[in-house]
This record gives sequence, C-alpha cells and structure tokens, in this order.
Amino acid sequence: MNKQVQVRKIAKNWYHIILMLGVVLMLFPFIWMFLSSFKTEQEILFVPPTFFPLEPTWNNFVSVCSRIPIFRYFLNSVLVAGVSTLCVLITSALAGTVFAKYSFPFKNLLFIIILGTTMIPFECYMIPFYLMVSKAGLIDTYTGIIAPLVITSFGIFLMRQQVETIPDDLMDAARIDGSNEFGVFLNVVLPLSKSALAALAIFNFMFGWAFFVWPLIITNSSEHFVLEVGLTMFQNQYTVEYGPVMAGTAISVLPLIIVFMFFRRHIISGMAMSGMKS
Amino acid sequence: MPNTPTNIKSKYKIKGLERRKFRFAMVILIPTVILYLVLRIIPILGTFYLSLHNWNLIKLHRPFIGLQNFVKIVKDKFFRIALVNTTVFTVFVVLISVTLALLLALALKKKSKIGSFYEFAYFLPFVIPMVPVSIIWKWMYDRTYGIINFVLTSLGLKAVGWLTDPDVALYSIIVMSIWKVLGYYMVLFLVGLRNIPDQYYEAAAVDGAVGWQVFKNITFPLLKRMTLYISVIATIQAFNVFTQVYVMTTGTQGAPAAAVRVLVYEIYQNGFRYFKMGYASAQVVVLFAIVMFISLLQFKFFRTEDY
Repeated sequence: MNKQVQVRKIAKNWYHIILMLGVVLMLFPFIWMFLSSFKTEQEILFVPPTFFPLEPTWNNFVSVCSRIPIFRYFLNSVLVAGVSTLCVLITSALAGTVFAKYSFPFKNLLFIIILGTTMIPFECYMIPFYLMVSKAGLIDTYTGIIAPLVITSFGIFLMRQQVETIPDDLMDAARIDGSNEFGVFLNVVLPLSKSALAALAIFNFMFGWAFFVWPLIITNSSEHFVLEVGLTMFQNQYTVEYGPVMAGTAISVLPLIIVFMFFRRHIISGMAMSGMKS
Repeated sequence: MPNTPTNIKSKYKIKGLERRKFRFAMVILIPTVILYLVLRIIPILGTFYLSLHNWNLIKLHRPFIGLQNFVKIVKDKFFRIALVNTTVFTVFVVLISVTLALLLALALKKKSKIGSFYEFAYFLPFVIPMVPVSIIWKWMYDRTYGIINFVLTSLGLKAVGWLTDPDVALYSIIVMSIWKVLGYYMVLFLVGLRNIPDQYYEAAAVDGAVGWQVFKNITFPLLKRMTLYISVIATIQAFNVFTQVYVMTTGTQGAPAAAVRVLVYEIYQNGFRYFKMGYASAQVVVLFAIVMFISLLQFKFFRTEDY
C-alpha cells in the first residue's frame, strides 16, 4: 500500500529527475571554471583530471592580475554599461512620453521608422558606423564605444507603452497646479513608470555589458578595453595556460553571478517584461 | 457663449498650454530625430551605399561599381561556406532551443520553491556574457585535457576533437549556444503560459480533455504569438552569431576557421581585417535580406486570428 503510494509519487514527479539533470548541465561549466581556477599549473593538465583541486592555490589569480589590468577592464565595463544605460533611460523616457501623450505632425510615420529599426541588428550597420566614428576622431575612446548605445528603439517603444497607461487627468491636474511640461514629466510620468524603467535598465545594462563586436573593433589600447575584450585578448595570448585564463574568467563572472543571485526575481521578470512588451 | 472676459482668458490659457505642450514635444523630438539620423538611419543607408562601391579603407580611389560586389558574392566560395554554416547553425539552435524551452516551461508552469531554483539554474547561462562562457566551453572541449573527452574515454568511447575536427566543430558551437539561450526562451514561454486564463483549462477539464489534447487545443494555439516572437528573435540572433565563433576559433587550441566560418565572422574579416568595406557591406545586405525573408516567413507561418 505504502509502497504503491510512493511509486505513484515518483511516477508523478519523474520529470524532476530530468530537470535536475538539466540543472547539473547548466551549472557544471561554472563549477568547473571555479574548480579549475584554483588548480596548480601541473594539476590542471592531469590526465585523468582531478575534480577538486588537490592543493588549492591563488597563484592563477595573482598571475592574471599581474599580467593584465583586469580591474581596469572591469571598471571600463561598468562605465560603458552604466553610462549607456543612463542615456537610454533618459532618451527612452522622454521620447516615449512625447510619443504617448503629445501630438505633432508625422507622429505615426516617425514612430514606424523608429520601430522599423528595432529589427535591424547592429552588425548590419557597423561598417558605416565605424567610418563615421573614425571621421569624428573617436576611435579608441569611451565616447566611441558608448555612441551606438545611447538610444534604443526598443526603449522608446517600451516607455511609450508604459506612459500610455497613465491617465491624462493626472497630468492635467499637475498642469493646473502650475507645473510646466517638464515638471509633469518629472513628477507624474517618471514616478509612475518606475517598474518599466527598472526593467529597461536591467535589460540595457546586460546588453551593454555583453556587447562585444563593437568594442572589439573600435578599441586598440589596453586601457580602453572592456572586460569582454580584455579577456578575449588575454586568452588569445595565453591559450595553453588554462589556469590563469580560468581565473580571469572567474573574476569576470563572479560579480555577475552574485548580482543575479540577489536580484534573480527582478532580473528574470525584467527580461521577461522586456520580451513581452515587444 | 458671449465673450466674457473670463472665457477669453481661459481660451488664451488653453492656447498657451497647447503651445507649451507643442514646444516641449519639439524640444524632445528634434534631438531624438537627430540622434536617430546619425546613429541609425545614416549608417543603415551607408551600408547600402558602400555595397555599391569598390570601397577599400586604405585605397583613396573608391569607384561606384553597381552590383559587382553582389556578383562577386555569388562566386565567393568562403561566403557560400559561411552561409551554409550559419543556416545549419540557425536551424539547429532555433528548433532545439525553442522546443526544449517550451518543454521546460510546461514542466515549470506551477510556481513552487524548487521551481525558482530551476529558474535560477536555467537562466544563469543567459545572464553571463558570451565571452567568458565561450572560454569555459573551449576549456571543456579541449581535446587532450578537456573534461568532456575525459568522460567519453572513461566510458570507453573515443576522444573527439570537439573544436579541432572540422566535421564536429560547428556542432560543438551549436550545443554550447543552445545551452546559453535556453533559459531566456524558457522564461518567455513561462510568461506566455502564465498569461493563459485558468478558465480555459477549467472548461477543458469539464469537457474531459486531458494531457496532449489540452496542449494541442488550448495551450499551443494561445501560445502561438509568443512562439512567433521567440522564434523571430531566436532566428535573428542565431543568424548574427559571432562572439562564440570568434572566441572559440582563435588561438592554437581553437577550431579551424574555415569549418566554422559564419556570416558575421566573414563580414568582420573582410571589413576589418582586409578593409574591403564595400564588399563586406554587400555581404551585410545579403545577410539582412535573408534575415528579413525568414522573419516574414515565420510571420506567415504563425499568423493567427486574434483571440
């Protein structure tokens, strides 16, 4: 009797076994990276490999930090992702508000053009973009890296959707109280759009952080490398030295894992919301 | 109503308000339009312009050559390889990742404690950028010291040159790419699933529908839009594959470049290694046309009456 119930319970939950197997597959690469980064130069090349490091060592981390300015790369990434996110928040909130609540000639046409460019990935215009940036003398500068990231069609679209849900009466009430249009934007629109702005910020920060092909093309001095580019260059140079390469990768990944652990719900729902709205 | 003084005043007020609103709209709109022109429209048009020229960064003579770049593309063996590889990559990644993501979402539909752990684990690879992820997989794929070959050989199987064997390399990158995006599509499907009102399921239960019937008649039709959206972004992303190929094929342990030549890599090489920017732009135009064509096909395939 009892056994039967148990069997039924297992049969009902059989798929958890597969899901757990999947979890192992999803997490293993990261676990393996951390374990590898603590192994000595000899141990990492053991055949058969050891699972846990026999004599855990920090040497790989020391060696990365002495060979490349990895923390500088990290700060560069923070700067690029942060500034571009700030720009996108400002441009999207303002333009989204104007498209949602104001009337002007060619409004629909302009909006369609803006929407149309969402479908066009950056790779499709990076060559002329490079030529323009080079003409402006911005090759190998932070401004050059950030330039393509200051505005997104997607952000304008998301914010327009959001602001459309705000009742006109609320905005009129602020006007009657003597507020000017910018004041209405600051005191009515922004506070009511917090969750959309947060979702946009998360989406954009991640996008800016992982943006690779452009910084790869446009930077050539190490001091302007973002983390992704710096890491790529490092592993190109030291392909066979897996220990330091794994340590560098671990340094770049750990903060992201921690952030994701703490803000998992916000990040997932933010990304999902960004997906839904389009 | 006669023009009483108060009425005139409020009329002026409204006029003033309209003018203020219009001015505000323009103050925002004009810079936005300028940014758009400079950062999007001009470069996009520039791609078409360059594609019609023999435009080399290091040569000063850059003549208009009509469609000659496109003629050259048709004859270009490397471009053909890249196109085939990218297509294979896209078909596998999109079909497998979207199907698996849907299955995962169905399994995780009910919210539970363990469910959020699953969400964490499956979403994690998506949150971590492509570069570190590619480096880790390159290490696991290593022919001699990699963990995957160790598992294979200890099971009595033969070691595989995951990234060095030209017949295998593309598929190794496909596996890793599916692993990377799976969680994102899963979460999108979960949103879609949780948006389906319970009444539908209750009604189906009353009618005695079970399992597969429920999925076929309720879940899937109501998920069509989400499926369309996911497959469109999945296709666009897959066709633009670059980073993982770039990271995993450079260096001595990496894959042979020709075996995993993909379109954006080809464009990158032509444009920024050989500075043949006119030719590379023509390749971009072809890539863009293909992506647009596929997206339109998907729209047709999934088109459905509103519900």
